[in-house]
Amino acid sequence: MGSLRLAGLTKSFGRTEIIKGIDLSVANGEFVVFVGPSGCGKSTLLRMIAGLEDVTTGSVTLDGQDITNVAPAKRGIAMVFQTYALYPHLTVRDNMGLALRQAGVSRAETGAAVDQASTLLDLNPYLDRRPAELSGGQRQRVAIGRAIVRTPKLFLFDEPLSNLDAALRVATRIEIARLHRELGATMIYVTHDQVEAMTLADRIVVMRAGVVEQVGPPMQLYNDPSNTFVAGFIGSPRMNFLKGRALGEQSSIMGVRPEHLSITFSGSAISGSVSHVEALGGETLVYVHTEPHGLLTVRLFGEHHFSVGQAVGLTPDPARVFRFDAEGRRLR
Amino acid sequence: MAARSHPGRALAAHAVLIVYTLIALFPVWIIVINSVKSRRAIFGAPLALPTPATWDPVGYTTVLENGDVIGYFLNSAIVTIVSLAMVLLFGAMAAFALSEYRFRGNTLMGLYLALGIMIPIRLGTVAILQMMVAAGLVNTLTALILVYTAQGLPLAVFILSEFMRNVSDDLKNAGRMDGLSEYAIFFRLVLPLVRPAMATVAVFTMIPIWNDLWFPLILAPSEETKTITLGSQVFIGQFVTNWNAVLAALALAILPVLVLYLIFSRQLIRGITAGAVK
Ligand SMILES: Nc1ncnc2c1ncn2[C@@H]1O[C@H](COP(=O)(O)OP(=O)(O)O)[C@@H](O)[C@H]1O
Ligand SMILES: [Mg+2]
Repeated sequence: MGSLRLAGLTKSFGRTEIIKGIDLSVANGEFVVFVGPSGCGKSTLLRMIAGLEDVTTGSVTLDGQDITNVAPAKRGIAMVFQTYALYPHLTVRDNMGLALRQAGVSRAETGAAVDQASTLLDLNPYLDRRPAELSGGQRQRVAIGRAIVRTPKLFLFDEPLSNLDAALRVATRIEIARLHRELGATMIYVTHDQVEAMTLADRIVVMRAGVVEQVGPPMQLYNDPSNTFVAGFIGSPRMNFLKGRALGEQSSIMGVRPEHLSITFSGSAISGSVSHVEALGGETLVYVHTEPHGLLTVRLFGEHHFSVGQAVGLTPDPARVFRFDAEGRRLR
Repeated sequence: MAARSHPGRALAAHAVLIVYTLIALFPVWIIVINSVKSRRAIFGAPLALPTPATWDPVGYTTVLENGDVIGYFLNSAIVTIVSLAMVLLFGAMAAFALSEYRFRGNTLMGLYLALGIMIPIRLGTVAILQMMVAAGLVNTLTALILVYTAQGLPLAVFILSEFMRNVSDDLKNAGRMDGLSEYAIFFRLVLPLVRPAMATVAVFTMIPIWNDLWFPLILAPSEETKTITLGSQVFIGQFVTNWNAVLAALALAILPVLVLYLIFSRQLIRGITAGAVK
């Protein structure tokens, strides 16, 4: 229950094509994260799956049934919105129960479903409050609860954490991972934050400008990116891109992650000077200005001391270097 | 924020507002105090407060005895309230369609509906009269209600569609996911959220309708359909004007519109201050 298939999905607003042909299968119980920069069409794609946006061409299939033209409420899909979108005039209880009541479920059954979801989310003390009387984190939990109550085949999340502060974001992220384990439901989660993508996903779908760049488990994208876009988007801090020709390489672009670059004082392939240091305690980020590669980031574990302007050499871990052609495609 | 907390500026702002309020209220004040004075006192000292010597409610007794003032009031009330309800309902529905749905000619339709703001409806008086004669609606309140609905709609559509564009798409989409119909989304989610705008539109629509003399005079001058503004004119003669009665009628005419205004302005404030709307 809950396998989704997108086939040749496109979407145009007027003459601009926003989604440019997406094919994707999501297995039952899988947690898939759509990730990509703002404006690449993640929300539009999610709304098309939900039925809130007409599909220009292509089809959406859920559990083998074509739902391309089925009304949103009849698809067995629940959605959690970025802005929570709680009904301001209803109590938490009624917010969570509305969908079932609309579907004709009895008051008693709805009440039981709401109680179960509110227990799961620790919302019991707030059931009779209005959304205006809740904090941001509580509102987000109500929005999640409203989705759970419907026991949908598929959950959709559209950047659910982006309006929360950093601490709450981590807590809610863990909460969502726990819910996924406990409910075993299929979830599709949209974010522009690669940390959320890496930590939550079974599989990540990296999008750029309406097309899918690469699909795979987080570690596969990290260890085996198929182009410079994916390589640069997955992993934090961002991968360094060096000019291959200047290093006597065949490939025009060489990618090295900050954690695979070490600072050396003899026999270094690259030389430069320290331009900035960020000490985070557990790790130290050293920004080194080099010619002709520009600013490179080095990630060192533990505490290290460098002074700005200090001359240093850099050596990449040869086993961890990615080679790309001039168009950014991976050379294997 | 810094500007607002500055005491000098706050004082200046209040001074300006108080002066404006005094200027705006002055004619109303003159009408009300003179309506209970004798004719001599009205002309002798128009700015003076009524004293026991100058006290004379003859204006009110004349008004209440003469003609069918209660009937005129009722006509005004029916016309104003029904027109207002129609303007709000149809204006809000049109605004929702324009702001929510993408369809061919959406922008053009919006411009067409807003055009009425710039063109005074009185320019069409002759055509309207011909239409009403043809439809057999002359000397009915229906004629007035239709004209006033048409008169109020452009501004209502314009203001309300601006506000409705600001209602969160996520909220409407959440409603759709939960199985609410488009009507339910309109009436249960969107309308409560634009209530302050509705109150504003109501006030701006209501006052010109209540005060209008032109269309009642042309479309419905019969004794049974006279509105209070038209009805009060009987006291203004070509040669003699019964000032007591005119002032009393005007003072009475202020009351209902004041009550409606108070109702809407309370709605307005409640809509702004409370996050919960129900
Ligand atoms: N209703 C719409 N009409 C026209 N363009 C739209 C509409 N909705 C979204 N877009 C455009 O589609 C693109 C993708 O938007 P969106 O899916 O919200 O991106 P993301 O969620 O990845 O940030 C944006 O360039 C946006 O301007
Ligand atoms: Mg988005």
